[in-house]
Amino acid sequence: MAALICHENAGKWLSWRHSPTGSETAEKIPPMPPQESLKKHEFVTGMRDTLPLLLGALPFGLIYGAIAASSGLSMAAAMAMSAFVFAGASQFIAVGLVAAQTPVAIIVLTTLIVNLRHLLYSATLLPYLKDLPQKWRIPLAFWLTDETFAVTVHRFQRNDASAYKHWYQLGSSMAMYLNWQLWCFLGLVLGNRIPDAQSWGLDVAMPVTFIGMIIPFVKTLPMAVCVLTAGAASLLTLTLPYKLGIVVAAFAGIASGLLAQRLVDVRREASQR
Amino acid sequence: MSAEEAWMIAGMMAVTFGIRYFLFALADRIRLAPWLEHSLKFIPPAVLTAITLPAVLLPKGEWQVSLANPYLVAALLSLAAGILTRNLLATIAIGLAAFLAHRLLI
Repeated sequence: MAALICHENAGKWLSWRHSPTGSETAEKIPPMPPQESLKKHEFVTGMRDTLPLLLGALPFGLIYGAIAASSGLSMAAAMAMSAFVFAGASQFIAVGLVAAQTPVAIIVLTTLIVNLRHLLYSATLLPYLKDLPQKWRIPLAFWLTDETFAVTVHRFQRNDASAYKHWYQLGSSMAMYLNWQLWCFLGLVLGNRIPDAQSWGLDVAMPVTFIGMIIPFVKTLPMAVCVLTAGAASLLTLTLPYKLGIVVAAFAGIASGLLAQRLVDVRREASQR
Repeated sequence: MSAEEAWMIAGMMAVTFGIRYFLFALADRIRLAPWLEHSLKFIPPAVLTAITLPAVLLPKGEWQVSLANPYLVAALLSLAAGILTRNLLATIAIGLAAFLAHRLLI
């Protein structure tokens, strides 16, 4: 029960307004084996904390569908890409490349580079998922997105003894996946009917969503240094091909953050003496 | 679906899932060095910033640093909303609303 209650304050930032009656609703859960109810609670909380991000994915999915519809890609292929690749940014870039009649090998290579950041995400989640069986690791890997990662990492890092935090990630994953399929489909259907849908600029959803995901990370000076450096480096590496600048800029940010952390630690030790 | 499309999707799926699963697959066999583990927490904000900033300042692939750029205006307002409200939904909603208002009014 204690675990249930402390989850109610979970991710204050990421979830929207919490009802003050949270712990009461927890008590109203009909009698189930306690384990099952804990799993369900994690799953539902993961879905709920992801709700704001579904709003950001909405226009993003619509515009993907609209661009795919006008790129020459068949509807079946556009939906199959959403269902089996499930990676918004790279799907977006891929349909752009399809429209420009780019060879398949280049499209796959670009996808690899754009999605390299997921390697960094999985490295971050590694300590929390390493004891799960493969039947859990495989689906959680398939559904790993920027959004689910950003929500879930805060859940994993919270200090409580819940043994079912992976159910939270599963809930977030499901919400993102179903939401993405729905809006991609609507974008495909509507994109054929609305002329010039791409010029609306709905792709603004991505930067706006990402800004919302960045803010809760920036709580310390080293983190601020990291973000500012990564931002500056991303502007200095624009000329690199295949979006490689993202990877280079990310490493510059990480290195500067580590350096700043070191300086802060050294100064703290010095002042304690 | 043409054969070429099927190959493209199969290739994209293979690399995307491969990247996402690679470390999870080996999870119980690898140990990260302590300094590497310290660096993990910097990864998400660094990556997200590196994607976001160019998308806002060069929305169509060309520099556009002015208030006539709706992406920039939306980003600045959602940043302000995020810092003030600490609420994810408000951050995204205000950014999207600012963008639409800019497109319709200016």
